[in-house]
Amino acid sequence: MNSQLAEAWARLPAYLGGHVAVSVTAMLLGLAISLPLALLSLRRPTLRRLLLGFASVVQTIPSLALLALFYPLLLGIAALSERLFGAGFSALGFLPAVLALMLYSMLPVLWNTVTGLLGIEPAIREAALGVGMTRAQSLIMVELPLAMPVIMAGVRTAAIWVIGAATLSTPIGQTSLGNYIFTGLQTQNWVFVLFGCLAAAVFALAVDQLLALMENGLTQRKRGRVTAAALGLALLGGAALAPNLSRATDTYVIGAKPFTEQYVLAALMRQRLQDAGLTVSVREGLGSAVIFNALAAGEIDAYVDYSGTIWANQMRRRDVLSRGEVRAGVAQWLEREHGIAMLGGLGFENAYALAMPRARAQALGIRSIADLAQHSAELSLAGDYEFFGRPEWNAIRMAYGLAFRERQQMQSEFMYQAAAHGDVDVIAGYTSDGRIAQYGLTVLDDPRHVIPPYDAIILVSAKRKRDEALLDALRPLVGAIDITLMREANLRAASGNGASPSEAARWLSGELQRRGDAAK
Amino acid sequence: MTDRRPAISLDNVSKHYGDGSPPVLDHVSLTVPEREFLAVVGPSGSGKTTLLRTINRLIEPSEGAVRVEGRDVRDMNDVALRRGIGYVFQGTGLFPHMTVAENIAITPKLLGWDRERMAARVDELLNLVRLDHGAHRDRFPAQLSGGEGQRVGVARALAAGPRIVLMDEPFGALDPLTRDALGEDYRRLHDELGLTTVMITHDMLEALLLADRIAVIREGRIVADGTPQTLMNEPPDDYVRELMATPRRQAARLRALDRTAQSRMPQ
Repeated sequence: MNSQLAEAWARLPAYLGGHVAVSVTAMLLGLAISLPLALLSLRRPTLRRLLLGFASVVQTIPSLALLALFYPLLLGIAALSERLFGAGFSALGFLPAVLALMLYSMLPVLWNTVTGLLGIEPAIREAALGVGMTRAQSLIMVELPLAMPVIMAGVRTAAIWVIGAATLSTPIGQTSLGNYIFTGLQTQNWVFVLFGCLAAAVFALAVDQLLALMENGLTQRKRGRVTAAALGLALLGGAALAPNLSRATDTYVIGAKPFTEQYVLAALMRQRLQDAGLTVSVREGLGSAVIFNALAAGEIDAYVDYSGTIWANQMRRRDVLSRGEVRAGVAQWLEREHGIAMLGGLGFENAYALAMPRARAQALGIRSIADLAQHSAELSLAGDYEFFGRPEWNAIRMAYGLAFRERQQMQSEFMYQAAAHGDVDVIAGYTSDGRIAQYGLTVLDDPRHVIPPYDAIILVSAKRKRDEALLDALRPLVGAIDITLMREANLRAASGNGASPSEAARWLSGELQRRGDAAK
Repeated sequence: MTDRRPAISLDNVSKHYGDGSPPVLDHVSLTVPEREFLAVVGPSGSGKTTLLRTINRLIEPSEGAVRVEGRDVRDMNDVALRRGIGYVFQGTGLFPHMTVAENIAITPKLLGWDRERMAARVDELLNLVRLDHGAHRDRFPAQLSGGEGQRVGVARALAAGPRIVLMDEPFGALDPLTRDALGEDYRRLHDELGLTTVMITHDMLEALLLADRIAVIREGRIVADGTPQTLMNEPPDDYVRELMATPRRQAARLRALDRTAQSRMPQ
């Protein structure tokens, strides 16, 4: 518990810094766009309807989806700019997060500015003109000050939304307080989840209170309060950003998808690079498509992917070849299409697999999926939310003629336990999941090789594929991690076992060392 | 009256909104000589506020010409024109987020006066409208009574030293005592400062008591124009006679009460 808390604290400067940078930039940009637009639309009802309509539609898009949509969009624009002007930009992380959050901040600011200004009595506006003000003077000296409380309420709402939604920018590669939440959810590290939520809440409250102080100072015309609030905001921003500004820019970046095994492997790679004296940062929690594109664009330098994922998702292949053929095909395709180098396989697969309690399997005489076919009519099967819609399931069902008594979908965390307790008979689990061993399950063979191979492979970006320092540090991992070792490491980092992914990686490292020594 | 130069003149001014509704102003011609106090009396919707606003270009006429001190207002910068003419608003038109002093000094501020000159002017004006500057200058409009608010409104209109003041039902919302006192005070200022005043009102008694001359407006047309005495004694038509009936009845009743009181007094 204490070690988890200590690790959470240690990550705070980086996570909070990223969070502050992205949310403050998004808010400032949002204000710089929304306020003039609101003013412009005051005397233009059609424009006003269009703007508010657009902002409302944006608001109905779930923030996670909005953030996710900006990544491919920017990738396209970056590629276009690269082709047209010879200069691209990074479509990962900061930029898409800022743009999506900026759009998200627009509705409350637009809405409250328009409502506040339209709500001013016409008599006041006439008086302003009558005493000899120009339209601009009327706006600045009379209308804006009178609408200030309503406008500031909108700004405060937007600030809270943006700070909250910024936690969702983790999957598109922007470091934020969301890193705690995404990592914590995957590794069932509730200390991390709570820490992330609390940190985001404290930050949001602090900003809200400072904005309230500023509003109060503006309406009561207490210059001291406005200055204090502005100073507070500047300090908050500066304190959060300072540690990141001093960070060296020339570092190696390791990527990780959002699940336990990936966190462990990323930590392992980080430790190896650090041991070799290199500066490393890790971008965690990236989605499958995001991480691959980031590698192709050179925004991250290395990560572990699975041959079957590239085969199906990137190469759009539906045929199933042998483990070696798929790996070779993937390596060839990566080099040809993206200049990405495949350093090699780690030595284990993380594929879908049918598993059942070992004792039960022995009692029924089941060792492979072919044996299972004779009993399937009396058995029930559980899979995660994705499994029954995937080509693997169709392939297995057709090839072996499976017809289960019952099919259930459940959260993967509960699947293994359910099988161990006999709530379901067979589950579609993941071969490298430590819980297969923990709950005494056995993986059934696939004699007809219908399940595509999901070899864990280290990929290196085109930019770094001739970087000997990097390659030397990672090469010892090739072929070094067998499935038992990976399962054990995953289990250590997973639920309730008390080890963080870094600690699990350190253990794994020690095991590799021990085996290496034993081999000599 | 004819020896004075005209401060304001409206020449055949019409205003319509081109949507088929009857014109708000229908060929209005009116001349206000310097230092005259003109009351424009009419029911609501008669076009009296529109007439007032064509003078400082808050509303542009559809036809006809408005001249201020001999110049066509269309040849003048509208903002500069408004800064040169005092305007007292219905209600008070005070800016709720500004103090009394800031409200009064708004036009001087727009004209770029320096701080000391504005501060001195605010105190001078508060004296002029009989408000205690120590007690009032830093208050906000919401902290003032109706009468105090409109005194500030008058002070604001006079702040930049205009020769012309336009008043849009300035005392309409006040209780009778305050209204009377304020009317009297303003009339005194009008004379002392040599102002030209156009006051809009729907109250004929107020017009009779304060103005040098009364123009009666109805459905966008001037239907009577003369001194209080002329209108009282020689109303040009039944409508004006009817307008005069109420103040006349009130006066007769007051005279009767006065006589009774005098006859009861011990000799």
